[in-house]
Amino acid sequence: MEIFLQQLINGITLGSIYGLIAIGYTMVFGIIGMVNFAHGDVFMVSAFIAMIFFLLFTTVLGVSSVIMALIAVMIIAMVLTGLLNWAIERVAYRPLRGSFRLAPLISAIGMSIVLSNFIQVAQGPRNKPLPPVLSGTITLMERNNFAATISYKQILIWVVTAVLLAGFWYVVQKTPLGRAQRACEQDRKMAALLGVNVDRTISLTFVMGAALAAVAGTLYLTYYGVVNFSDGFTPGVKAFTAAVLGGIGSLPGAVLGGLLIGLIETFWSGYFSIDYKDVAAFSILAIVLIFMPQGLLGRPEVEKV
Amino acid sequence: MATAKTTSGPGGSIAGAARDAILAGVVALGIFGPLVGLKTEQNMQNELVITTRWGLVAIIVGIVIAGRFLLTTTIWPAMTRNKLRDKPPATAGEVAFRARLARWFAPTGLVFLFIYPALMVYFLGFQGSLKWVDNFGIQILIYVMLGWGLNIVVGLAGLLDLGYVAFYAVGAYSYALLATHFGLSFWLLLPMAGILAAMWGIMLGFPVLRLRGDYLAIVTLAFGEIIRLVLINFRELTNGSAGISSIPKITFFGIYSFDVSAPNNFAKVWGLAMSSAYYKIFLYYLILLLALLTAFVTLRLRKLPVGRAWEALREDEIACRSLGINTTNTKLTAFALGAMFGGFAGSFFAARQGFVSPESFTFMESAVIVAIVVLGGMGSMIGVALAAVAMIGGTELLRELDFLKAVFGEGFDPDQFRMLIFGLAMVLVMIWKPRGFVSAREPTVFLTERKSISSSLVKEGHG
Amino acid sequence: MSSVLSSEQTPRPWTADPVLTVEHVQMRFGGLVAVNDLSFEVGRGDITALIGPNGAGKTTVFNCITGFYKPTQGMLLLKHAAGDTFLLERMPDFRISAKAKVARTFQNIRLFSGMTLLENLLVAQHNRLMLASGMTILGVLGMPSYKRAEKESIETAKFWLDKTGLTARADDPAGDLPYGAQRRLEIARAMCTGPELLCLDEPAAGLNPRESAELNTLLLDIRQMGKTSILLIEHDMSVVMEISDHVVVLEYGVKISDGTPSEVRNDPRVIAAYLGVDDEEVEKVEEQLDELTEGATP
Ligand SMILES: Nc1ncnc2c1ncn2[C@@H]1O[C@H](COP(=O)(O)OP(=O)(O)OP(=O)(O)O)[C@@H](O)[C@H]1O
Ligand SMILES: [Mg+2]
Repeated sequence: MEIFLQQLINGITLGSIYGLIAIGYTMVFGIIGMVNFAHGDVFMVSAFIAMIFFLLFTTVLGVSSVIMALIAVMIIAMVLTGLLNWAIERVAYRPLRGSFRLAPLISAIGMSIVLSNFIQVAQGPRNKPLPPVLSGTITLMERNNFAATISYKQILIWVVTAVLLAGFWYVVQKTPLGRAQRACEQDRKMAALLGVNVDRTISLTFVMGAALAAVAGTLYLTYYGVVNFSDGFTPGVKAFTAAVLGGIGSLPGAVLGGLLIGLIETFWSGYFSIDYKDVAAFSILAIVLIFMPQGLLGRPEVEKV
Repeated sequence: MATAKTTSGPGGSIAGAARDAILAGVVALGIFGPLVGLKTEQNMQNELVITTRWGLVAIIVGIVIAGRFLLTTTIWPAMTRNKLRDKPPATAGEVAFRARLARWFAPTGLVFLFIYPALMVYFLGFQGSLKWVDNFGIQILIYVMLGWGLNIVVGLAGLLDLGYVAFYAVGAYSYALLATHFGLSFWLLLPMAGILAAMWGIMLGFPVLRLRGDYLAIVTLAFGEIIRLVLINFRELTNGSAGISSIPKITFFGIYSFDVSAPNNFAKVWGLAMSSAYYKIFLYYLILLLALLTAFVTLRLRKLPVGRAWEALREDEIACRSLGINTTNTKLTAFALGAMFGGFAGSFFAARQGFVSPESFTFMESAVIVAIVVLGGMGSMIGVALAAVAMIGGTELLRELDFLKAVFGEGFDPDQFRMLIFGLAMVLVMIWKPRGFVSAREPTVFLTERKSISSSLVKEGHG
Repeated sequence: MSSVLSSEQTPRPWTADPVLTVEHVQMRFGGLVAVNDLSFEVGRGDITALIGPNGAGKTTVFNCITGFYKPTQGMLLLKHAAGDTFLLERMPDFRISAKAKVARTFQNIRLFSGMTLLENLLVAQHNRLMLASGMTILGVLGMPSYKRAEKESIETAKFWLDKTGLTARADDPAGDLPYGAQRRLEIARAMCTGPELLCLDEPAAGLNPRESAELNTLLLDIRQMGKTSILLIEHDMSVVMEISDHVVVLEYGVKISDGTPSEVRNDPRVIAAYLGVDDEEVEKVEEQLDELTEGATP
């Protein structure tokens, strides 16, 4: 029971991070039908930005409140990562819009190589550890020397994720921007004819996806306390798995998929073997796609002849 | 800036371009400021400390501003002018020249490939030729072969396979395991590795080839990762991340060995000075022949019903089904054949390195091979070969930029920038030529005249 | 009902030896019943037209016949002249073309646009060539038997290029053809599979009057050859009336009329369906007709 509870808590925490990244994949796929391979690395860069500013605030500027520092860092990371993704879209994807379908995909793979190697060159190849922050835990249950605990960090991650998702949901459902996004998703040409600024909507979609990835990056950094230039790929692929599992193009699906992948991973490690946890995640991706290609909450694709 | 003024029309656009350039500079400052300007390093106590590099940031931002300004004022207007200006129709001489170039390119290239090691030895001696035969020749040819193998799947059948490296790994590990455990010869294991890889291709392909669109790409990616992770974790068989070492060398068809200690060592038998160059030259010709086998089979199959069915599948799967083509089987043959060539290349790779580990079979490897196929122009053998030369040869050349140390100081390691430049090149080539280097399609059969087909009509497949 | 009355008056030759018998076919997409309880016959050697307003379910019927959709209910029986019979609803799509010999064209043309006309027509002969190439193995070795088979296939292709007036463009990519020529090429491609039944989805759509007339000649030609029966969907009434032997009319997925062109033309339900009269008026017209017929035959 304790183990179960503990894995549940860990799984939801990890799943929140995956879910936040997955939204970026799903939104971009929904609006321009492109698998944004560089998104995992955008997430990694955001974690680096967070790491740098956290250091700047705590060691150089001497901000003593960790919570204040974290909030400031997160906002800065959201802004700067949004800017980065905006620039990437302008430079690497927009010129290819409407051309050969594989071109943006290859461009995105190239961009992913560029980002991780840029960080390696600019910040060095070694791990970047932060001093531990918010290290307290709350014990929920204890038996036979095994305690199920929830750490302050985990609570922080849950709260931040919930608040941001709520805000994000509001933007997508209730604002003109969200409406423009949904219009572009349905039919980009028609939306343009009706006066929607398609280019701007797509740009803002990239910015929003990056901002959420930056939240995930900050939380990831807080949770694990360390980041490396190669940390983009695996969380990126898993978040993508989450997006597909939930039904690519569906926002609630991305969050649900993220939680499921997080839970699968932690439960698999907890009950079976930690070795094969990634194999489990990828196998589930393959099985879901083979038997339920539309994902859990996605719309089935009809083959019109 | 006189040219800029004349080309960009009203003077206001110079101000516009300047504003635009400043904006780009601000964006660059936002991105590069923290990431480049604030370098984090671990000090003696293993704590991260920040060192600043504002000078470098200033240089980068300056380059971005200047580049953007030049782009909007000079380069883009020039490019649109070129596009707008009606190209004079190619003269008969030009057309003939182009046709001759196309006709002669492949044979000349082939001859060059066959005499390349001899040239290297002639000019640089056996020891000096090592690097050029091994790091360039063999390395590039491996990727040419992988590109040609994947070209069957992606370029001809239009199925996007992002896990091709899995079959490369199957081939490599088949050879590594069977050769080290049972001492079987390369010449027996080469076909076996190919068959095993093809079987894996069929096994993995069968459930997933029904999938449409990007889903196929993602499932193949997942399979590629699963195979790599299994190689890491199935330690009893694969020795995990440590990999398998001392994989036997390939023999000269069992007649000569290249092992230094063997009695029938090539150099000993012929009374030559000991050098690893003989083995490398032998390997060079071996991979060249393997790659040419791939090309030969592909070119042959393209003209057969199965090859035409692949291309038809890429164009329109539903139409194929309406014509009685069993699309699942057709896709499976493409998948299995591509996998087989991947398996051949894999076993060659294992024998050449003498060592395999899961490190060599990451997603990046698959991505590089897909990039070679797409950059080359889907379906074009020459294009794929050119892309492999440009991308792999180019990045290998970057290793040679030691003179940059003189410019940037001893601490500067040009090797670091290799992959960064590789990625940038991928993006730039795609923007410059989204259809790849050689995009026109050659018809497989003709009644009166062979005319190549413009890339704008050729579909890219759906998967 | 009037249509029933008229059907009793005239002979129905297509029921004697139908190449295709559609029985009680229903196709349902979720809540939408696109085709309901549809039965009709396609006579051997006939040109049968399937007509109806937009969205009536005509293409859906084609998709059921050619296996792209599995009907939710009903039976589709195909009978070759040689006597073999096939239950199409139980066969996967590519086997329907390969074994039952049903070929089709598509409402929104589906050519292999990056391949030449000749290549398009060779792909259509895939199964025959595949056998001749010994499932590729003999072909790779360059066996003469395969060479011969390929030559024959090219002859077949030439024959149909000639019939459709496309010989001059044999080496051009299909995507470069003008619209009307693409429609003809699609028919040529379907004919290269050697079909017993040819299903054409709006072959005259978007053609100019001259092209439309050429199409009529082509279809009559195919009928003349005697091997292939034609089922066609068409909106252009002049084409339908001119060349078809038998017309089936659908509306909202239900058959509302079935008979010779002249019968169908005069069927008030068809007139109503095409003129968009609402149901009340149809009933009124029917009543009047009934009165008339009763008056005429006391
Ligand atoms: N795959 C599908 N899923 C859901 N509904 C479908 C599908 N295919 C067809 N329909 C619906 O079935 C109905 C009949 O469509 P169909 O294409 O057969 O009409 P049609 O008679 O060919 O019309 P048109 O003359 O416009 O071609 C339409 O309402 C259409 O929306
Ligand atoms: Mg229709």
